[in-house]
Amino acid sequence: MSDHTILFALGAFFFSAGLLIVFTKKNAIMILLGIELMLNAANLNLVLFNRQNPTSYEGQFFALFVILIAVCEAAVGIAIILKAYHFFHTSVPDQFSDLKEKN
Amino acid sequence: MSPGQITLYVFVLASITSVLVMIFTRIVFYAALALIVCLISIAGIYALLYAEFLAITQLVIYAGGVLVLILFGIMLTNRISGKPLITESHHIIKSAIISVGMFLILVIAYQKTSFNQVEPAPSQGNHINKIGIELMSTYVAPFEIGGILLLVCLIGAALMASSFKKNDHV
Repeated sequence: MSDHTILFALGAFFFSAGLLIVFTKKNAIMILLGIELMLNAANLNLVLFNRQNPTSYEGQFFALFVILIAVCEAAVGIAIILKAYHFFHTSVPDQFSDLKEKN
Repeated sequence: MSPGQITLYVFVLASITSVLVMIFTRIVFYAALALIVCLISIAGIYALLYAEFLAITQLVIYAGGVLVLILFGIMLTNRISGKPLITESHHIIKSAIISVGMFLILVIAYQKTSFNQVEPAPSQGNHINKIGIELMSTYVAPFEIGGILLLVCLIGAALMASSFKKNDHV
């Protein structure tokens, strides 16, 4: 079994673990961490595919722009979680029951 | 076994361990710290796969930026109780079946492809130099659009997180 087979399996493991965290955990910040893990699994796969053709850098550039999108997603996600915490005093999405503030 | 391979396996084991910690811990703060270890290990794997620029980007942006932001989020969302932020789990069995199935599907699909036969040659030369030139020539349009997207996200997140009401002293 070569190194690349192990690393592809590692990417698949990261993606499955991120999926498991997103499905099982109740806290919104844990869901955000799971999404970050899934994006990193995609990045690892892109870098590995780039190694099949060492003269080009397309996979690395794709991974770079995925990192950029992930940063935006984390910033906006944390802002939404803080705002929702300000209204509901919890960061568990199951308890976000109203769309507007209670009077 | 070469020293590069040993280093690679150390990084792989560290990342798998930290991901398992993330799955099984109930304290959100510990999960974020485990994610930092996992991201640093992935940066090491990138460096061993001749993607040095991406490894440094991963260290600076992810381990230095995104995770600090998430740690701030964790600290700001448990300021009332003062206890560590605990997360509960639900739908464990169904989710475990889906995740293990996803893992098996991905691994079996990889085994059936043709590109797993190719053993890539070690690449040589100065990659960071070439990446910088390509980023400013071929990929300059997505680069600039990404910059605008970051600016929009920054302003949007700052506005969204700070718009308290006038009579609300928090």
